[in-house]
Amino acid sequence: MIKRTLLIAAAILGFSAPVLSAEGTPVPPQLKWSFHGPFGTFDRAQLQRGFKVYREVCASCHGLSYVAFRNLSEPGGPQFSEAQVRALAAEYTIKDGPNDAGDMFDRPGRAADRFPSPFPNENAAAAANGGKAPPDLSLMAKARTYERGFPWFVIDMFTQFAETGPDYVAAILNGYKEPPSGFNLPEGGHYNEYFPGHIIAMPKPLSDGQVEYPKLESGQPQVPETVDQYARDLTAFLMWTAEPHLEARKRLGLQAILFLILLSGLLYFTKKKVWARVGHSDTAPAATFLPD
Amino acid sequence: MSQHPTTYVPKSAFGKWFESRLPIAGLVHSSFIAFPVPRNLNYFWTFGAILVFMLISQIVTGVFLAMYYAPNASMAFQSVEHIMRDVNYGWLLRYLHANGASMFFVAVYIHIFRGLYYGSYKAPREILWILGVIIYGLMMATAFMGYVLPWGQMSYWGATVITNILAAIPVIGDTIQSLLWGGYSVGNPTLNRFFSIHYLLPFMIFGVVILHVWALHVPGQNNPTGVPIKSGKDAVPFTPYATIKDVFATVVFLIFFAYFVFYIPNFMGHADNYVPANPSVTPAHIVPEWYFLPFYAILRAIPDKLGGVIAMFASIAVLAFVPWLDTSRVRSTAYRPLYKQFFWILVADAVLLGWLGAKPPEGWYVIVSQVATAYYFIHFLVILPVLGFVERPLPLPNSILESVMGSKKHGAGMPAGANAEPQSKG
Repeated sequence: MIKRTLLIAAAILGFSAPVLSAEGTPVPPQLKWSFHGPFGTFDRAQLQRGFKVYREVCASCHGLSYVAFRNLSEPGGPQFSEAQVRALAAEYTIKDGPNDAGDMFDRPGRAADRFPSPFPNENAAAAANGGKAPPDLSLMAKARTYERGFPWFVIDMFTQFAETGPDYVAAILNGYKEPPSGFNLPEGGHYNEYFPGHIIAMPKPLSDGQVEYPKLESGQPQVPETVDQYARDLTAFLMWTAEPHLEARKRLGLQAILFLILLSGLLYFTKKKVWARVGHSDTAPAATFLPD
Repeated sequence: MSQHPTTYVPKSAFGKWFESRLPIAGLVHSSFIAFPVPRNLNYFWTFGAILVFMLISQIVTGVFLAMYYAPNASMAFQSVEHIMRDVNYGWLLRYLHANGASMFFVAVYIHIFRGLYYGSYKAPREILWILGVIIYGLMMATAFMGYVLPWGQMSYWGATVITNILAAIPVIGDTIQSLLWGGYSVGNPTLNRFFSIHYLLPFMIFGVVILHVWALHVPGQNNPTGVPIKSGKDAVPFTPYATIKDVFATVVFLIFFAYFVFYIPNFMGHADNYVPANPSVTPAHIVPEWYFLPFYAILRAIPDKLGGVIAMFASIAVLAFVPWLDTSRVRSTAYRPLYKQFFWILVADAVLLGWLGAKPPEGWYVIVSQVATAYYFIHFLVILPVLGFVERPLPLPNSILESVMGSKKHGAGMPAGANAEPQSKG
């Protein structure tokens, strides 16, 4: 009877889960991601488009310092060719040194180098951007989330919903709007529907047609050159930068879990066979000695 | 080890030679092969083996991670990303270790609540139980320090919150705090010494686990009826019966573990810990890992700083006194219908405290935390002692064998009567 009361209480609590997050900010819409779920993979073309968006729009302010150029040609990612990666790296200037004369020098990038940051240090980044350094984007898709609340965080375990980060990032990119009337927007701030508190330091980064996408034979772009598409492609790319081994992880996971299920099945029947000797009778194999 | 003479006789000449110098084979034989185990144990008794497996798993993954991790504030976060990206299967090591900690606590909570339910703490197992509380405390210290090591926002600020409350301890509080910090706030010296202690403590846990298993092997395992082994027919030898059951249960547990590691590896973590530690930026909500949430709720429920610290430590310490707080003559809750309801209310209270620990300490969350905290202590300090005197327990079976075989008047629709319900075997 008490258990039933507790169950009813839990159900009531569950159905009062808010549509708004704790601070009253709307919850980012749940988007369809190719990398979601046990068989999820990255869309190579999407990752390549996302990288293009990063390079042309974001790289002027945001670093990607945990990603190396060579990662772009490794399996599980955008899978550019090694020649493309070498050419890309050579476009960047890397500070290296000291040489034998004791001087620091510049050299063209190599595949082994990581993406250099757009600013020499955090202070320079903050000074150039109104007092706040634009954060590095390597881990952004895992570094952000929104509260799901009960019972969603239980349900998410079963649906393998792990995309609160990407949903949030895409929502921010799509979320720039005119502030509602009467909203007090301070100097240097921009209104964003999904940013907690609605005031974000970053100006609207994306506009329709801003980045040219590869065309099909017919001359039409592969996918629409819209803010929404840019946001999705960029976010998918950022999910790869945050979790480059995602595909290998899920693949190994399938093998591991299938193996463990098979093993547990074999062990179960072995256990049953062993314990069949102990019946509902007093002819159990008696222990040879007893505890005190 | 038990006081029985070992019945083990080595078969080979080498075996005889070795055994007369270091009788370890005899020890293994008497403890894990011939050792009598109640025949009616359910799967809640497999969690001891699961815990040993998880301890070894954490140590092995931890040692390999330590080959790549840099315990320095300027390099720690980057070294973890190096492990995740560049080290072959580094991502697997990291996710095994981080999710392994959570699995370790899942198993230990089931293990503890099994002990509370079946009265496994009652005489003559009081020291066994207290050793368990010590292991639990060491686990909490290890996990707390381990979470600081990635040096993310939650690492840094969680360390700041918890080490700050230590200053509330009178007389010695400030000294403890400086010793932990190695300075005037959480910083590089803190990280370095936390890494050292995090590496050390699991080996201390291993030592206390040996004592824990030793203390267990004196009286032997408890069982779901609480009635001790009276004759050889109540028991089965550890190998192959308990061995195969433990191995099976461990593999099933591994499926659960693998599901998190491979498919939702960041589910139990916090997104803020993927942001490098920044002493100038405080996260909106500082929360510990889920297994600390009930204690975090208790800490914040008391408005006074020192009071909160005392309540938090007391909520763990009270467990050590349970063998004496529980006055019931009957061991197992299966035969205590009134206490059974209070047991499940305690479980619900613990879950509620856990949920509250993740909420901001505002509004009605505060009063509910206070009620839930008060109830927690009332359960141990009032309900447990009083119920032992007041309750009328169900009649116990005469032996484990009897409970397994069922009563002679066995049939459907029969009331409990003079004999207990037959227990399912295995």
